[in-house]
Amino acid sequence: MGVLSEEVREHIRGLFPKYPNKRAVTLPALHLVHDTYRAVSKEAIVEIAELLELHPSEVHDTMTFYNFFKDEKNPLGKHRVWFCRSISCALRGGEELFEQVCNKYHVHPGEKSGDGKFTVEFAECLGACEGAPCILVNDECHMDMTVESTSKLIDKL
Amino acid sequence: MAKFEPVLFARIHKPDSTSLKSYQADGGYSRLKEFLSMAPADVANIVKDAGLRGRGGAGFPTGLKWTFLPKDHPGPIYLAINADESEPGTFNNRYLMELDPHQLIEGIMLACHAIKSNNAYLYLRYEYGRSYRVLDAAVKECYAAGLLGKNILGTGFNLDIVLHRGAGAYICGEETGLIESLEGKRAWPRIKPPFPAIEGLFRKPTIVNNVETLCCVTQILYRGGEWFKSIGVPPDPNNPRDPGSYGPKLYCVSGHVNKPCCVELPLGVTARELIEEHAGGVWKGRKAKAVVPGGISMGFLSDKELDTKLDFAGPGKVGCLGLGTAAVVVVDDQTSMVDVLYNCCRFMSHESCGQCTPCREGTAWMTKILERIRSGNGRLTDLDLLTEVAGSMGIIPGTTICGLSDGAAWPVKNAISKFRGDFEEYIKSGKASVTSAQKLMAVH
Repeated sequence: MGVLSEEVREHIRGLFPKYPNKRAVTLPALHLVHDTYRAVSKEAIVEIAELLELHPSEVHDTMTFYNFFKDEKNPLGKHRVWFCRSISCALRGGEELFEQVCNKYHVHPGEKSGDGKFTVEFAECLGACEGAPCILVNDECHMDMTVESTSKLIDKL
Repeated sequence: MAKFEPVLFARIHKPDSTSLKSYQADGGYSRLKEFLSMAPADVANIVKDAGLRGRGGAGFPTGLKWTFLPKDHPGPIYLAINADESEPGTFNNRYLMELDPHQLIEGIMLACHAIKSNNAYLYLRYEYGRSYRVLDAAVKECYAAGLLGKNILGTGFNLDIVLHRGAGAYICGEETGLIESLEGKRAWPRIKPPFPAIEGLFRKPTIVNNVETLCCVTQILYRGGEWFKSIGVPPDPNNPRDPGSYGPKLYCVSGHVNKPCCVELPLGVTARELIEEHAGGVWKGRKAKAVVPGGISMGFLSDKELDTKLDFAGPGKVGCLGLGTAAVVVVDDQTSMVDVLYNCCRFMSHESCGQCTPCREGTAWMTKILERIRSGNGRLTDLDLLTEVAGSMGIIPGTTICGLSDGAAWPVKNAISKFRGDFEEYIKSGKASVTSAQKLMAVH
């Protein structure tokens, strides 16, 4: 018995037929584990590697490249809120929105709120520049954001 | 001139535009069987003769790219769809995927038939959650209707489409970075040659095409190459190497405009027309100081260059890197180019994959130099230093594997040559403009 549930393992194995080799399932597997456990721990890396017939260092190498996956030292909150800081949003107040929301909820970039409900992070261009400044709540985009509209979304989480 | 009727965007405002039923009601898939019954080379030739150039940024002729595949290869051959749209200011692929997924899927089918591929992998940036759900539903509808899978419409053609989500890295938009990422590795671009057409995904011949390019393929097959060539800008007769800029293009306009938008127009519209006629003009009654012509890596147009035609050749004529993604970002005259350039450099430094030293170090040092300037401690010699660093990194000076570095250098070169006054004035004033928000992000 490891840290990954049989359900998660089954889900990962279910992806194998889509690709000519198991290594290609690395990113989908990392997403699955990360979504479920809010982090990818060292033990999880070893177990993913076993499933994919890789060395754990190969999974770790891929995982850490993307700056997307959290390890067990800094797990995600229940939700993840990203603020775009790239050019189109920055020109329309994206950076200030990010700062004001951080201050309002007393959270630091990349960290969880006190109640563990959400993690705030900055993101590079979210591809919703017609609605700048925009934010992403988990993977759903919200446009033309203000501190008020962002707070409303966060309070509903 | 008659008003241009959108083609790629013809269906996006319809209710239920994403469903198979509504796509078919508008004639979608109606000639798929006919096209799948044609010889693959004939389909490829239609696209080649139409003069379609890739919409992802480089503008490489699509049909020509397809011909680079080895002849009579036993397979498998792969199609990788580049849906990693991450160039700042760019969101046209998102519209196509969220609002008319079947136009894209039909383009994937036609392209796969043309290149004799039975496996398509759509690499979608993670941030496009809505696109993922819409595409996932559309792909499932196609399997249920016999439009994907084995022996499609009785033609003997087999095709599977796999949606593969990325994990937030700009470099995955580079086609060999995308391939490495799909294979489950860090997205380090490969040294070319071999090009992907010879040795790509899983070491097999692979074509990588952008979402908008594949949507154009659908329209070219249904409307014909002559229709496509009736739109846009023909080749410059004085330049034998110019393949022209044919067809419609999705232009994104964002930044300091009244109505940021994504609009479909014939290639060759000017930046001024886009701003004035489609984006409601510069906001707050101000004037444009600088305009990004096609994503930040293409550099900047100055206010004197707003009549530049945004076709594949236009931006290059005024010192920009190219048309890129045709993502226009407008900067108003109250904004300092020092701050704008800092944002561009910070992005590139964050997104450099770190494989090539000139890019990893160059992007970081350019950002640091701009931080020094923005903290009030800049020196006039910093401008020459920035230009020197920018001039030493990229495929053009021959020091890096991929073009991210050229795209990181270009806004620096353009900003300092076209807006030097902004920088000199800023440095001489000794003012500081680093905001508390930026400090907050720096500690992360």
